[in-house]
Amino acid sequence: MTVRTPEPVQVVKQRRDDALAAIVAAIPYIQFLNVSFERRGDELTAVMAYRDTLIGNPALPALHGGAIAAFLEVAAVIELTWATAWAAIEDGTLTPEAITSGHQFALPKTIDFTVDYLRSGLPRDAYARATINRSGRRYASVHVEAWQDNRDRLFAQGTGHFLMPDANSAKAD
Amino acid sequence: MTKDNRAIAQSFIDAIPHSHALGMKIDFVGDGEAHMSMDYDERFIGDPATSVIHGGTVFALLDTCGGAAVISHPDHNGATATIDLRVDYMRPASPGQRIRAVATCYNRTRSVAFVRAVAMDDREDKPVATAAGAFVTGG
Repeated sequence: MTVRTPEPVQVVKQRRDDALAAIVAAIPYIQFLNVSFERRGDELTAVMAYRDTLIGNPALPALHGGAIAAFLEVAAVIELTWATAWAAIEDGTLTPEAITSGHQFALPKTIDFTVDYLRSGLPRDAYARATINRSGRRYASVHVEAWQDNRDRLFAQGTGHFLMPDANSAKAD
Repeated sequence: MTKDNRAIAQSFIDAIPHSHALGMKIDFVGDGEAHMSMDYDERFIGDPATSVIHGGTVFALLDTCGGAAVISHPDHNGATATIDLRVDYMRPASPGQRIRAVATCYNRTRSVAFVRAVAMDDREDKPVATAAGAFVTGG
């Protein structure tokens, strides 16, 4: 019986981090919003680092509902893209170069997105995690939870439906 | 609406840092209705393959426009906050084109205002997105 030598940990980490960085870097609006992603294995946490330009109510002050919605939608789209691409990233068929060039790689399209504003967003960093509740060939349903100081006290949550890349390339438009 | 009202509404929007950062303009406000617009900007791109702006920017415009419609209602005093908002993305916004939003506060109670909104690019007969939501009234 032949035993395969496991890949060195740094090689695994580098491959995953490079692929994630390529996906995130491809979308200019993520940079505009100052959103980054932290990764533990395949689990992603979106982080929206605080900036004054994210404020929607200067009197309170509170984060803008539009910025919160955009943050949740970005977290959902990246989670869905990441989960869909994971197997191809792991077996080496999807490289960061291929992601950057846009060949054999496409983003899901948002069909609808609903945001529930649970409490006002404080002027500090925000975190979000997305869960894919349905992932079919044509569309996916994704739920996102966002918090600031306490993981158990969400300040916003969102649910969205997304058209999967294969389905939208097959669609005659 | 008088010209002064539009100027007051615009200065109100300019005081919102995130709306200012997205370059939102007030085109009309009055009696529970608001019209706003936002120019195309490459920094807003959400899909690099098509240069289409991210849905989040359209969401932000519809949310702000909805809030402006609530505040512009004759019975309204003070600020407002979004309770929930749903946006349906009908088609991609054409790259390079300005997005216009029209929001109407079609019902108000003592604590809640109900809003519908629509976003269009240059093709006004086919909306880019529609929205429905609830906002807080009164303090």
